Amino acid sequence: MIRATSPSRMVRATGFGMTEGGDVYLYRPTNVQEVKDILQMARETGRQVVLRGSGRSYGDANIARECLMLDISRMNQIYSINKQSAEVDCQAGVTIEQLWRSTLEDGFWPPIVSGTMAPTLAGALGMNIHGKNAYVAGPIGEHVTELDVVLPNGDVRTLKPENPLFHAVISSAGLLGVITRVRLKMKRIKSGDLRVLPLSVPDWAGQFKIFEDLEHDADYMVTWIDCFGRGKHAGRGVFHAAWYTQENEEFPSTLRPENQDLPDTILGFFPKSVVWRFLKPLNNRFGMRALNAAKHHASRLLGNGKQHPQGLVGFSFLLDYVPNWRNAYLPGGFIQYQSFVPKEHAPRVFAEQVRLQQEAKLESFLGVMKRHKPDPFLFSHGVDGYSLALDFKVTRKNREKLWQLAHAMNDLVVAAGGKFYLAKDSTLRPADFQATIGSENLARYFDLKAELDPESILTSSLAKRLGLDPREFSK
Amino acid sequence: MIKEAIIVGASSGMGYEVARQLAEAGTKVAVVARRLDRLEQLAAAFPGKILCYSHDVTHFEEIPGLFQQITHDLGGLDLFLYASGVMPEVGWHEYSFTKDKPMVDVNISGAVAWINEAAERMDNTRHGRLVAIGSVAGERGRSQQPVYNASKAFLHTYMEAIRNRIARHGVAVVTIKPGPTETEMTAHLKMKKMPVEVAARKIIALSGKTGEHFLSPVHAVAFFIIRNFPSFIFRKLKV
Ligand SMILES: Cc1cc2nc3c(=O)[nH]c(=O)nc-3n(C[C@H](O)[C@H](O)[C@H](O)COP(=O)(O)OP(=O)(O)OC[C@H]3O[C@@H](n4cnc5c(N)ncnc54)[C@H](O)[C@@H]3O)c2cc1C
Ligand SMILES: NC(=O)c1ccc[n+]([C@@H]2O[C@H](COP(=O)([O-])OP(=O)(O)OC[C@H]3O[C@@H](n4cnc5c(N)ncnc54)[C@H](OP(=O)(O)O)[C@@H]3O)[C@@H](O)[C@H]2O)c1
Repeated sequence: MIRATSPSRMVRATGFGMTEGGDVYLYRPTNVQEVKDILQMARETGRQVVLRGSGRSYGDANIARECLMLDISRMNQIYSINKQSAEVDCQAGVTIEQLWRSTLEDGFWPPIVSGTMAPTLAGALGMNIHGKNAYVAGPIGEHVTELDVVLPNGDVRTLKPENPLFHAVISSAGLLGVITRVRLKMKRIKSGDLRVLPLSVPDWAGQFKIFEDLEHDADYMVTWIDCFGRGKHAGRGVFHAAWYTQENEEFPSTLRPENQDLPDTILGFFPKSVVWRFLKPLNNRFGMRALNAAKHHASRLLGNGKQHPQGLVGFSFLLDYVPNWRNAYLPGGFIQYQSFVPKEHAPRVFAEQVRLQQEAKLESFLGVMKRHKPDPFLFSHGVDGYSLALDFKVTRKNREKLWQLAHAMNDLVVAAGGKFYLAKDSTLRPADFQATIGSENLARYFDLKAELDPESILTSSLAKRLGLDPREFSK
Repeated sequence: MIKEAIIVGASSGMGYEVARQLAEAGTKVAVVARRLDRLEQLAAAFPGKILCYSHDVTHFEEIPGLFQQITHDLGGLDLFLYASGVMPEVGWHEYSFTKDKPMVDVNISGAVAWINEAAERMDNTRHGRLVAIGSVAGERGRSQQPVYNASKAFLHTYMEAIRNRIARHGVAVVTIKPGPTETEMTAHLKMKKMPVEVAARKIIALSGKTGEHFLSPVHAVAFFIIRNFPSFIFRKLKV
């Protein structure tokens, strides 16, 4: 008989896309000892543990069913900011938002940020997130100089990049240990503004051409793709490049957090908190086709090719402009699908992925392409090539067809030697993951799992789905 | 899709049949009752789909631990059904506490002990279907079955209160009020009865719909009338 874990501890947790959920016993430790206690309780009760940051991974990496959920978000103390070495030493539950708010005035910016400022460093390292500067700066793990991890047996290890475990704990989706402290090297900046260049792009060829032209020049690059564009308009969209800037003043006011804050209203009028309600009626094929087309035409006519200054926060966290935007996808939720394809195959694979969507009448409502480079982490998603991230609305009716589409798109990625990203995944089959991550990496993962977590305490719904939880094998 | 279910009182009658139909549709079902041999027989027909637990609902102290054990073994919970119930034959002039007590213990206390566990969980997770089998018998106190009727009336009122607590979170809280149904409980009664397969199918279909449900429109009408019959007339009827 297992010890009773009280139902009053329970919550239902979902991934950010709200398609998958699980009931869990929620624990929010505030120090390392409490982390150890939770692992100990798991051993005693026979339950497993799922690690959770801010819950921004879209699919099922931050949830599990009937497990203890170790939510790191209350371990959010910043210990020190070293102005000489540009290093921040903090607990792993510190969020990207906390990080930039606390360091901007000293002339620092997180070396890597995601499209939302909500993630914790623990979650960011669990997934090894990338930014719009991935092709120069790599994933966030490359900027960590030291971290503490609590292993499932309760041992605490301090890891530096030269330690072989370092590149495995980072990127392995919370399956090898609990990251509790991070020392991160920040980017030094001289202004809170970027110089931004928007360019309207007519087709796929144009998209790849711009990335190639600016690859050795721009500090950030990203492009939006209208997945409804077909024929000669296929691949059309709006490209943005950005550069860090310098200001003459010793302390430019753009480095003040309050000058970076996103506005409370949209167009100076609509309170942002209600905007998702207006998006909801548009959130279907017809509405999104129109919205995507409108955005494309606006980009051709307004400001095309005109450089302008924009705050780092506004440029980086576009998706935080509209709070609760994901509610527009209720009741069924949505999935994000991001694949990474070597540069020689990317134009063909992405064009084909979009064509398959159109054929299935399941066009992504949002397409975003970025440039990447390879990295040495265990579950790396980096390639010398491009990624295309797609958002699909899920309904009870389209679910099966959508998964079929995803599997057809997977096949293209596997054949092209591409990769997938666990933070954005809901549809991979074990074989897709095995084929892309490589048998050597997978074998190393299982060796480490057997060594560090022999009882397979750490798990997630994603781990079970992809065959990464050895406890499933004994069933 | 109901992925995981717990059914207390699944060794015969409606509980058994609901378990069978759910397992057939792919649900993983935990079945609970005293007669383990019956449960195992059912499990044998659906390998890997049915988990058996031998338990007497009057052993109240076992319930919190067992509930934890079962949810752990199942790996989730989408539906909880309390179907245990007893209705010993009681004579028109019989006042037997020995016969009455098991009805209080199984139909009331066991129900509360189990449903409290499921309700607390669903109150927190805001997810799931919570279903209890009441009875048309709970609509009035009839002279033939004082304690059975009262036990079902208790269950209806208790479930209404639970519904008022947690249905607002999106949990389906459902009271099923069957009429005479072909099961072991009513084997000795000669009357028109609903086949148990039909009753079970309706229970599953209604399990997501918060509220109280009769299983046939005839019952709904008949018991609306019976409910509103003035007491001074009802008292004179031999029912
Ligand atoms: C709007 C939006 C935009 C996004 N843009 C980008 C982007 O541009 N680039 C990008 O790379 N990603 C992006 N993401 C994905 C997001 O950055 C990642 O999913 C990130 O991991 C979320 O962090 P989190 O704190 O929410 O972690 P969670 O999602 O809660 O968890 C992430 C993983 O880390 C594990 N984990 C949690 N805590 C720990 C711990 N203490 N130790 C070890 N492992 C742990 C979890 O088990 C899980 O596997 C975006 C997400 C959203 C919602
Ligand atoms: N049949 C009808 O006409 C009718 C009409 C209205 C309402 N109902 C109600 O429907 C429900 C199901 O009854 P049914 O008709 O299907 O009768 P049934 O075939 O007799 O089933 C009763 C179930 O309750 C279980 N049970 C009884 N005492 C128990 C105990 N102490 N511990 C654990 N389980 C116990 C039995 O399992 P074990 O004996 O193996 O423990 C059996 O699985 C009951 O609540 C009943 O009151 C029935």
